Amino acid sequence: MSATDATTSARTATSDRPGASGAVGPYDRVEVELTVNGVPRAAFVPPRRLLSDFIRHDLELTGTHVGCEHGVCGACTVLLDGQPIRSCLALAVAVDGRELTTIEGLAGPDGELHPVQQGFQDHHGLQCGFCTPGFVLSACGFLAEDPDPDEDTIREGMAGNLCRCTGYAGILQAVKQAAGVLRETGADPCARHAGRAADGAVAAGPESGR
Amino acid sequence: MKPPPFAYHAPRTVDGVLAALAELGDEGKVLAGGQSLVPMLNMRLAQPEALVDLSRVDGLDAIEVTDTHVRVEARVTHERLRRDPRVTPAVPLLRQALDWVAHPVIRNRGTSVGSIVHADPAAELPAVLGLLGGHMELRRVDGSREVAGRDYLLSPLDSDTAPEELAVAAVFPRPSAHTGSSFLELARRHGDYALAGVGAVVRLDEDRRLVSAEVACIGVGGVPVYVGLTEALRGQPHDALDLADAVGLVRAAIDPSDDIHATGAYRTHLTGVLAERALTQATAHATHEEIAA
Repeated sequence: MSATDATTSARTATSDRPGASGAVGPYDRVEVELTVNGVPRAAFVPPRRLLSDFIRHDLELTGTHVGCEHGVCGACTVLLDGQPIRSCLALAVAVDGRELTTIEGLAGPDGELHPVQQGFQDHHGLQCGFCTPGFVLSACGFLAEDPDPDEDTIREGMAGNLCRCTGYAGILQAVKQAAGVLRETGADPCARHAGRAADGAVAAGPESGR
Repeated sequence: MKPPPFAYHAPRTVDGVLAALAELGDEGKVLAGGQSLVPMLNMRLAQPEALVDLSRVDGLDAIEVTDTHVRVEARVTHERLRRDPRVTPAVPLLRQALDWVAHPVIRNRGTSVGSIVHADPAAELPAVLGLLGGHMELRRVDGSREVAGRDYLLSPLDSDTAPEELAVAAVFPRPSAHTGSSFLELARRHGDYALAGVGAVVRLDEDRRLVSAEVACIGVGGVPVYVGLTEALRGQPHDALDLADAVGLVRAAIDPSDDIHATGAYRTHLTGVLAERALTQATAHATHEEIAA
């Protein structure tokens, strides 16, 4: 049994999940475990801990950025069970046990950029980069639902994210390019990039949650 | 911009939720998708002593499509409802309105029932429920009741839900034959709160003349404003509508106030324009029995 299995099995008893035996007090800390970028991660947090802060403060995955903290800017977007959500509008305790993908979970094991990330680099889809992780994960979720979008659909699909640098034109091109690449390779837009180096040798899975 | 401290309940059963709500009374608040409640917590506009989270409840996640209605339970997200292939043929107005609800990323977590309970004046689904003559199902430890959608919203952010009650489902009746619908709105950015929005339902007779027409206007009052237009439009042929009187009635029925996004006068004008377009689309929809949008 690997270390990973041991961690998981130790946590499978459901009786100690949040709220299972009555309420969790406002200042109590409960253990929240998520599979983050393929790796089980856990921390003890109070009920009011936002998922965004859980990711940044407790898991120290600071690629997820926090902008407005009320659901308007989209910078904190992550994938929960493969679907993009605002991590500032979810409580960590409420998503205990589920799977999360953050910006750290997209590039290939060799560091090769995910097609959406590559698109942003190729088309200057970022300047300061603050909004970029949210844009990239929104785009992944969007392309999973709509693999062959036209420009209007991309605009609409990306409308939930704000960028103050680029004027959006580069972002539009980035998503367009990524859509083409992903259609060609048939890769799941929400999965970690396998990498062009992975001919025959399928990546052995994510190496860390970082 | 962090939520204030609160106790957290995550019951596994509906009975568990009802028991927690009964025990907590005014101090408890139901958390469903959290796309309205969590921003309010973050901004400290809401400071409940305790949250009762529905995310671990076994059940409450069904979309029931029957010959008479679409029944949507409390944990169903906007996006799930929007994508359910059974829903659009049954109640086209749901899909027509859901396309305008927030951004996809918000729709992935926000619940349709939660949006109705939340009673935002610019929310689409309360107007859809009222316009279709639907109702809410409410439960408490010692009983249950139904409230007509049209009576359910009391004032901005206030619906007819007692602290110990859980809104378990919203029931949207199927429209009768020869009925068409449309939902239109305008926002600065697609998915943001609408400056104004209009849902329209139009029914035609066998000769494709108008039998009844009504609109619901959102974002221009504390609750959706319903304007019956049957008197003004009855008997008009589907392909030669004269909507001037109807538009006048709609504009006369609302009195939106000025805010940072638009003046009241602009909203009044806009609502008339949207009503004219929505009535036209709904009539075409009734004719073609397909989604005009």
